[in-house]
Amino acid sequence: MKKPLSRRSFVKGILAGSGLTLFLAYTPGGFRVLGAEEIKKADLRDLTLNAWIAISPDGLVTIIVSQSEMGQGVYTSIPMIVADELEADWKTVRFRAAPAADEYKNPVWGMQSTGGSTSIRHFHDLLRKAGAAAREMLLQAAAQAWSVPRPECTAVNGAVRHTGTGRSLSYGKLAAAASKLPLPKDPPLKDPSQFRFIGKPLPRLDVPEKVNGKARFGIDTFIPDMLYASVARPPVFGAKEKSWDTNASKQIKGVEQVVRIGRGVAVCARSFEAARRGRAALAVQWDPGSRPDLDNAAIDKTLLDHLNKTGVVARDDGDAEKVLNSAAKKIESVYRLPYLAHATMEPMNCTAWVQKDRCDVWVPTQSQTGAQQTAAQLSGLDPKKVYIHTTYLGGGFGRRAETDVVEEAVEISKAVTKPVKVIWTREEDIQHDFFRPGNCCRIAGALDARGKITAWAHRVVVPSIFARVFPQMMAKGIDPAAVEGIIDLPYQVPNLRVEYVRMDLPIPVGFWRSVGSSHNAFTVECFMDELALAAGKDPLDFRLEHMDKTSALRRALEMAADKAGWGKPLKAGQARGLACHSCFGSHVAQVAEVSVDKGKGGLRVHRVVCAIDCGPVINPDTVKAQMEGGIIMGLSAALKEQVVFEKGGVKSANFADYPLLRFSETPEIEVHLVQGMKKPEGVGEPGLPPIAPAVANALFAAAGIRMRSLPLTPAVVLEALKKRV
Amino acid sequence: MISLMINGKEYRADVAPETPLLWVIREHLQLSGTKFGCGVGECGSCTVHINGQAEKSCILPVREAQGKAITTIEGLPEDHPVKRAWVQEQVPQCGYCQPGQMMQAAALLREDPSPDEDKIKQTMDEVLCRCGTYPRIKTAIQTSLRFMKEEGRKS
Repeated sequence: MKKPLSRRSFVKGILAGSGLTLFLAYTPGGFRVLGAEEIKKADLRDLTLNAWIAISPDGLVTIIVSQSEMGQGVYTSIPMIVADELEADWKTVRFRAAPAADEYKNPVWGMQSTGGSTSIRHFHDLLRKAGAAAREMLLQAAAQAWSVPRPECTAVNGAVRHTGTGRSLSYGKLAAAASKLPLPKDPPLKDPSQFRFIGKPLPRLDVPEKVNGKARFGIDTFIPDMLYASVARPPVFGAKEKSWDTNASKQIKGVEQVVRIGRGVAVCARSFEAARRGRAALAVQWDPGSRPDLDNAAIDKTLLDHLNKTGVVARDDGDAEKVLNSAAKKIESVYRLPYLAHATMEPMNCTAWVQKDRCDVWVPTQSQTGAQQTAAQLSGLDPKKVYIHTTYLGGGFGRRAETDVVEEAVEISKAVTKPVKVIWTREEDIQHDFFRPGNCCRIAGALDARGKITAWAHRVVVPSIFARVFPQMMAKGIDPAAVEGIIDLPYQVPNLRVEYVRMDLPIPVGFWRSVGSSHNAFTVECFMDELALAAGKDPLDFRLEHMDKTSALRRALEMAADKAGWGKPLKAGQARGLACHSCFGSHVAQVAEVSVDKGKGGLRVHRVVCAIDCGPVINPDTVKAQMEGGIIMGLSAALKEQVVFEKGGVKSANFADYPLLRFSETPEIEVHLVQGMKKPEGVGEPGLPPIAPAVANALFAAAGIRMRSLPLTPAVVLEALKKRV
Repeated sequence: MISLMINGKEYRADVAPETPLLWVIREHLQLSGTKFGCGVGECGSCTVHINGQAEKSCILPVREAQGKAITTIEGLPEDHPVKRAWVQEQVPQCGYCQPGQMMQAAALLREDPSPDEDKIKQTMDEVLCRCGTYPRIKTAIQTSLRFMKEEGRKS
């Protein structure tokens, strides 16, 4: 094992704005400070110019990425931004996961985490500055080497050239001298017309190793002499273990230790199979938990009962109630949405090694800060002695912002004084998720004689995510996720009232890709179609009539409708539906073409046309991939997913009873970029929310049935079809 | 002691004969390209080739793989049309399921060098992807077929 790393070693980066005084190198054991003697050694690999950039003497440029790669392409897009300003040769650009350190905290959020579709929009300016600062240092180093004025030097594709003499020095040769120079505070940025990488569909840097099988995910961590741990956790919410059979567990070949931890009873063994068998042999007896009556029917009843409570007012324009009471035309609908699981393809896992003076954690995490704080707390070590090694994430979607599995690994490793890899089975992964909360709402809308919306009253009932995760953001007791997309309704409605009714159940809830927008885009956009029908208008025209002429969402909607051929004939039996939604700074509209098997209820989505305005694009192919991914995950939820609860716990267990969308169910997807806005905005999540309402609206157009809950399974659709006849 | 022939190389592991092949490949032999996704043969992340056929290694007892030729993602040649197509079409997002996707596709193309759409759907339905790379998998399979045709080779 390498010597402990000193956190003081981390160069003060661009965030701190101070000069560079220390050298850092990356070794197979992690980052390490180099002494003056070591710097002279020939085997020196990298020299850091700032927290984001290391250049080796042979010219390889390593971009250190603060953000977790969970599929969204951030190990390519962040290097693209930095390398462009650095004026690097793209062929020499590599990436590396950053350690947990202050330099890498999100400048808006103050923590190192990946979520909320922020990796580009929160880091963009900072990364450009980091690249430009390093470029200036290299230029300065060359000017000094040649004893020429700095303005005579230009940076071109990984080298500095002297204009007068045509001399050239590569970045690799300049790195050592450049790294000793002060960090410029306000380096000049490129004009966008000079960008060489930004805006181009460059191939992803992580693809080769994800294709050859060498990419290391958390579950692929192997530490010599490590044990595997499997944890018995409460099978129902709030249950406590009454008894368990340690001896029976230890009879299993390979089982070494059984330890009680905060979240259950852990069995440590020489292999994962032995750990699992050892866990089964424990035969833990649990008490009945806090809500043995809890099942889907009970949850739905609780949700609907809460609709009759008065909530906290989150927005109140005009007098919606008065207008509704005297409206020429008024409609009212209740929508209900299920709990959902994240079901990342890589089940939860974490490897930890707690030693006397340090703790190492190898984890596919969306929250380095959270993982570090958790490990520090449980190991009793100073956070500076906790080293977070971020691996590739086999999917995140919000689930990996949680630190539950880090808790387990650290607690167990501390108890057994060995490196420990905790692996969850798929059943554990689904049953011990922090779910996308179930939700219901009632919307009442009023129309005037010309078919304009005069009032909108919206009461949302949903458990709070923020109350647990970021309680400081619960202004007036309102969970910001619960009302997102409603308090900022994209339509002009003079009398708008939004109320939030918090409902608490012992079911853990957390961030699930697009969070509250996954609920609220569905209800708002389905209700817009209901209002359009009541007004006797086309759903597209009706929306446009209620949108500002300058609205970015309007431009996206117009583009999607145009590209989809809205209003033009389709094949017999097919119909279109549309929806649009703004979230995470971006604006997305989608048109879905569907048909329904009227005998069996099966819904087929043939084609989806998507338009997004996320402002200037870093990598258009990544944006396209994120739209495809968001649409497919949203469609999976719309057609198939719901967590089944039973006797106070989770009944759903694996993909047989928590089915995900498969290959053959995937529509053709077409993505168009609007690029109307000035600043880059989010892309990881905004592709998801519009698809469910677009499909539900298309189903209404195809078969005349208005579905106000999800998922739209064949059985549910068939029942609705029968009721209609 | 179990003896296995993986990617043309002999490996030995001291495991119970009913241990799923997946765990022997991954954790005992540390060939970690083959992934654990569900443990019940529902997701296909663990797909390997046994004598050229796609098999879900999470439900295959290791004793049944003895004496057979096992190929994992690491053993699929780097210039295999499927691997090249996956890079060209930029298929992976998180990448976790992709070894399974590629092994599934490679077995299909080996068995049927001109599969129709239904055959492709039926085959690729065996492997789940949560990131939603299906449209690109679809394209990449066509690209693989084109590579094979152009090069007059079998996968």
